[in-house]
Amino acid sequence: MTPYLVALRAIVQREALRFVHQRERFVAALVRPLVWLLVFAAGFRAALGVSIIPPYETYITYETYIVPGLCGMILLFNGMQSSLSLVYDREMGSMKLLLTAPLPRWWLLSCKLAGGVAISVLQVYAFLAIAALFGITAPPLGYVTVLPALIVAGLMLGALGLFLSSMIRQLENFAGVMNFVIFPMFFLSSALYPLWKMAESSELLHDLCAANPFTHAVELIRFALYVELNGAALGWTVLAMAAFMALAIRGYDPARARIRGKA
Amino acid sequence: MSGLRVADLSYRYGSRVALDDVSFEIAPGDFCALLGPNGAGKTTLFSLLTRLFTHPDGRIEIAGHDLATDPRRALGGLGIVFQQPTLDLDLSVRQNLTYFAALHGLSGKAARIRIERCLDRLDMAERAGEKARALNGGHRRRAEIARALIHEPQVLLLDEPTVGLDAAARAAITDHVHALSAEGTTVLWATHLTDEVRDDDRLIVLHRARVLADGIARDIAGGEPLQARFLAMTAGATVGEGATA
Repeated sequence: MTPYLVALRAIVQREALRFVHQRERFVAALVRPLVWLLVFAAGFRAALGVSIIPPYETYITYETYIVPGLCGMILLFNGMQSSLSLVYDREMGSMKLLLTAPLPRWWLLSCKLAGGVAISVLQVYAFLAIAALFGITAPPLGYVTVLPALIVAGLMLGALGLFLSSMIRQLENFAGVMNFVIFPMFFLSSALYPLWKMAESSELLHDLCAANPFTHAVELIRFALYVELNGAALGWTVLAMAAFMALAIRGYDPARARIRGKA
Repeated sequence: MSGLRVADLSYRYGSRVALDDVSFEIAPGDFCALLGPNGAGKTTLFSLLTRLFTHPDGRIEIAGHDLATDPRRALGGLGIVFQQPTLDLDLSVRQNLTYFAALHGLSGKAARIRIERCLDRLDMAERAGEKARALNGGHRRRAEIARALIHEPQVLLLDEPTVGLDAAARAAITDHVHALSAEGTTVLWATHLTDEVRDDDRLIVLHRARVLADGIARDIAGGEPLQARFLAMTAGATVGEGATA
């Protein structure tokens, strides 16, 4: 096996081991979307009527509508969680171990990203399984076709986390990320309400939602879960992923790192 | 070919100079202590030597490989023990070492054999299965030194590796690393504690971003205790000046 693949396997395994050691993280990551699905959606189903929109062929319940958005939520929170753990690693010093390995940094960062996405995708499947137990299901083949969509969306949100971690100087600044990245990204998207609903109240908000890469990630997942490909959503998600990854690699460039006073 | 060569290295954080035209060379198999008060520039030098960040001024060669033009070979020949502990406390000693071996492209049986050998060398073989969290400070450091040796580096860098350890653990680690250099590893040992430097060690004194003295410790001390000589040389250093450097 080449040194590249040996390192990839080790970094992914380490992420997995770390995750196993933090069981509360798994539970938290699962409880959050379930609360939305079982409590929030139940409360709102009467208030929010959802008309027939693609990829749905019939009237659907609100719970069914928000499942893809909640899958996206898991990926979004996990992306930010791995960003947080990178900042923590940097403060604790273990990031130095990774960055001084004799491999290109872009590869080391990509391995880190792959490890995070693998964990996220497993969590999404755990969530989909529990949702199915409550009767909120998708076509059986959809559970297979959603996999590549989850990977692409996970990579995009993980790359965003990676980029943010290169920008954040200290762990204390992470609350800002919650307020200025996670919440706007989640609420200004099609995760909880279809965009045409948003357009009814404000064109500006609708445009913001339509420009939000998280909207495209959610739509990609939504269509894939119903065995359909949303080409536009895929294109925008891949484009956003490439942009975030390029920014992350730039942020971790050794010729730039110290300018902002960190290693 | 030298073990480690640094030529004309300068670095500044904005207007503050952290390293000013630093040059030195360490022969293969030498133990070289880098002594300097806090803020002298030791940590900046280590960050540049380990390519945590880079700078266009100056040149660094590790075991004959230029760090700027051939970073992978240069880093491949470098073992590093950082000042901050970098073990994953939830993993066992062996798991920590296996992870590191993989970052250097080593896996399977080859990695296992080297890990056992390195742990043995540092008298840590019995603790291989223990969680890093269960180890005391001295043993954690030894595990980190064992880890830094897995890929058989020609050059070993240690950044104040005895910080926070008791006298016995400090002495044991100092002895271990001297033994490594006697076996042929080039060692650069950064410290601000003069009692870790032996009379016949090579010594570089770094002060206010410059090399203040470079020679054999005994000669630099000039018949005085090294501690007294070092304090006299660096007198006037402002405490806390450039604390991060």
